[in-house]
Amino acid sequence: MPEVKRYPNRLGIKGWLVGGKWGPERYLYFLHRVTGLGLLLYLLMHIVVVSSRAFGQEQWEWAMGRVSGPVFLVGEFLVFVAFVFHALNGVRLVLVELGILTGKAEDPVFPYRSSVNVQRPFMIVMMILAAILIVLGGYDFFVLVAH
Amino acid sequence: MSDNGVKDFVFRVRRFDPVKDDSPHYQDFKVPVKPGWTILEGLWYIKENMDSSLSWRSSCRMGVCGSCGMLVNGSPTLACNTQIRDVATGVLMLAPLPNFDIIRDLVPDLAPMFDKHTHLMPHIKRDDQEEMLEPTDQYWQSPEELDQFLQFSYCIKCGCCMAACPTFATDATFSGPQPLSQAYRYLIDSRDDAFKERKTLLGSGGVGPWRCHYAGECSTVCPKGVDPARAIQLMKRELVLDYLRLSKASKRKPAGLLPAEKRLGRRDDIPEAPPFTVEDAS
Ligand code: HEM
Ligand code: SF4
Ligand code: SF4
Ligand code: FES
Repeated sequence: MPEVKRYPNRLGIKGWLVGGKWGPERYLYFLHRVTGLGLLLYLLMHIVVVSSRAFGQEQWEWAMGRVSGPVFLVGEFLVFVAFVFHALNGVRLVLVELGILTGKAEDPVFPYRSSVNVQRPFMIVMMILAAILIVLGGYDFFVLVAH
Repeated sequence: MSDNGVKDFVFRVRRFDPVKDDSPHYQDFKVPVKPGWTILEGLWYIKENMDSSLSWRSSCRMGVCGSCGMLVNGSPTLACNTQIRDVATGVLMLAPLPNFDIIRDLVPDLAPMFDKHTHLMPHIKRDDQEEMLEPTDQYWQSPEELDQFLQFSYCIKCGCCMAACPTFATDATFSGPQPLSQAYRYLIDSRDDAFKERKTLLGSGGVGPWRCHYAGECSTVCPKGVDPARAIQLMKRELVLDYLRLSKASKRKPAGLLPAEKRLGRRDDIPEAPPFTVEDAS
């Protein structure tokens, strides 16, 4: 059989964002990964900054001076937002991926109801909780601390 | 709308001819759609009346063979069980299932999915080979044991789930929802006796369930209600339970033959099969 030319059609990173039925869980999948990597990046920077204490008080104060100001306040708030989202969504993922929130196998009767529908109320509760914590945190960051 | 409820729809079809084209492009066809027409019927109309070179795969035209999976307005689904008026008002976008190479027009190369499927041993494995190949009776399985996997056995291997999965979109080594859900279907089958072998296989590289992060899209698009995401999470659960020495599936003895006292024999009211119509039809 002669070799036929094929056209590669893998979606790549675009496939994290578009396709399927654009379900909310797809975007949580994306956000969980982005926030996880963001937190990891923060952790590494945090270790670098804090390790300056080992080189004496002057170094420490110099380093702390580098990371203060409004830009870093917003940055720290974003770390907080990422953490709250990642932790609450992570709890949902643990419960789903251990089969606790998926429900058992059932007869597929049209219109189909899948495990995605079973876990969705819990997903909504977790996201509302995250939103409340983020608003409270924002009040603490920008109103209580800044004044 | 004209007589008999016929209405024109634009079919915007992604075309690719491996001999002439370097990359795919879209081509419009104006199709007079009768009420109740499926996308497949629209495609046949184009092929018979407008462009005989248009290619796609289909066979059963009733959602059973799994041939006609394609992207309809960006979502993977079957062309044969989707009515045009249910998904479009004027323009219908059709493209081949992504995450697979395009062979031609709407024909994706599903072979990598079948290879992954085969690799994960989609069949019952047990020691009594003789009994399996020349069965003397049925294996004894309770309705509850059947319920553990029946939903997942409805998969028609259409590949829609693979086209929707964000992990498979960036990771060609990930087995993907279709092969993994079938691997679970046999892992949990009470007649199977290869838990250890399956566990080793599923633990190697990206083959197993662990690269699935529950985007859930496979289950949302599956045209048969198979819910592969559920199968994959239940598989993770079983593997974690096994690690904690708590898995029933890993410890069970495979189902034995039906005990003699349960045998009912053939029901009287079921007629014998008719005689063969050809000589020596064995
Ligand atoms: C209470 C705190 C946390 C919880 C409950 C949590 C939970 C989780 C879970 C369940 C996953 C796996 C998700 C999946 O399989 O889809 C995950 C992934 C991840 N987490 Fe966390 N996590 C927490 C904190 C952190 C922190 C502090 C960091 C960074 C230092 C982090 C970085 C990551 C990364 C990079 C991933 C991989 C993301 C991916 O591959 O998509 N997590 N987390
Ligand atoms: S699980 Fe569903 S979408 Fe995936 S191949 Fe099987 S029938 Fe198709
Ligand atoms: S649930 Fe898992 S297998 Fe299904 S689409 Fe999401 S990542 Fe892919
Ligand atoms: S033609 Fe068989 S599933 Fe659509």
